[in-house]
Amino acid sequence: MNKSLLIQGRGLGAVRGERVLFREISITATPGDLILLRGANGSGKTTLLRQLAGLSEPQNGEIERAGLHHWIGHTNGLKAHATPESHLRHWGRVWGSEIDPTTLLKEMGLSRPAKVPSRMLSAGQKRRTALARLKLQSRPLWLLDEPFNALDTSGQALLADLITTHRATGGAVIAALHGAAAVEASSEVTL
Amino acid sequence: MSAAPLLSAFRQSLFEAWASGAGVLLPLGFFAGTAAMVPFTLGSEAELLSRVGPGILWLALALSSMVTLERVFQADLQDGALDLWLQDTGSISLVAAIKTLTHWLVSGFPLVLLTPLIGFMLGVPTTKMIPAMIGYSMGGLIFFLWGGVAAALSASVARAGLLIALIALPLYVPALIFGVQMIDAGFNSPSFMLLSASTLFALGVAPAAMGAALRLAAE
Repeated sequence: MNKSLLIQGRGLGAVRGERVLFREISITATPGDLILLRGANGSGKTTLLRQLAGLSEPQNGEIERAGLHHWIGHTNGLKAHATPESHLRHWGRVWGSEIDPTTLLKEMGLSRPAKVPSRMLSAGQKRRTALARLKLQSRPLWLLDEPFNALDTSGQALLADLITTHRATGGAVIAALHGAAAVEASSEVTL
Repeated sequence: MSAAPLLSAFRQSLFEAWASGAGVLLPLGFFAGTAAMVPFTLGSEAELLSRVGPGILWLALALSSMVTLERVFQADLQDGALDLWLQDTGSISLVAAIKTLTHWLVSGFPLVLLTPLIGFMLGVPTTKMIPAMIGYSMGGLIFFLWGGVAAALSASVARAGLLIALIALPLYVPALIFGVQMIDAGFNSPSFMLLSASTLFALGVAPAAMGAALRLAAE
């Protein structure tokens, strides 16, 4: 595998029950890439992303990974009793991150609800908390499932910024997206 | 894999138990309630109660271990935390084991501490109390571990309580048999050794089974 490849999937396929979701999908990410997965609802964008993340085994094809990645699914991974601060502190400990959650929360515009349990947060605040994980530890590849969902205008701009900076510093992003993209993609994969 | 993820998992489970309030005390109430009803059903003859008491407590322990198991892994699956654990740690099995052991610590071990009180109420002879408590700690651990496997297997099933009971109860039987025998036979008996062996077996096998089941659930 070429050194500059962050992830490569070849001939990927998925079957749901009796139905073929997608077949023979190949996808390659190199530093600086933003690859958008496009397709109608139910076309298998999330399934493909979960296969790339190693959360589900592809029925066909194979995937090679060069390093760690961040995963933001449409469930945010927040426990009901956790606050944005305790969430980041928890995963920071798991990953051995040295970054102070307080500054991260400030950057993500979450200073005010930092100590509010997530069951009392809005969908957008929860999403911002999940996205803050991206900055908790530097990882070359980001796998994002509909990352702009639930975000307000300033939140979308914030995420677009994050993605741009990540690409500029040698990272790559693969994102499932419906609707218009707030950032320019380097390529698109249509399912 | 370093110890940091496991410590964090322990801390998170403890915090969750703490934050969920009285929920963790549910098994305790169930245990005490079941045992307290025995004199009403079997009669209050002291001799009879002291004979069946330890066995009744084993039964109450087995049933109350299942009261809160349903949520241990189901919540993780629903809120997406399971996806993160699967991504970011070398071993989901160890994390699952830690979660189950924490659950035992907050919901199972208090039952052992309550044993002298309920045992006294049922007239269990004081000489049998210590073997009974040791037996209940080990048995509780076995119940929670196999119950954890059942909970992991049914993590994606809504209202999985009954399913957990159906999967876990057969796995409880050996521990029940050896456990009830060891209370009479004492520590220097085959029953105690077999109960110890069952505990070690559960500690060794259940985490791997939980890990595999959780991987499947996330798929």
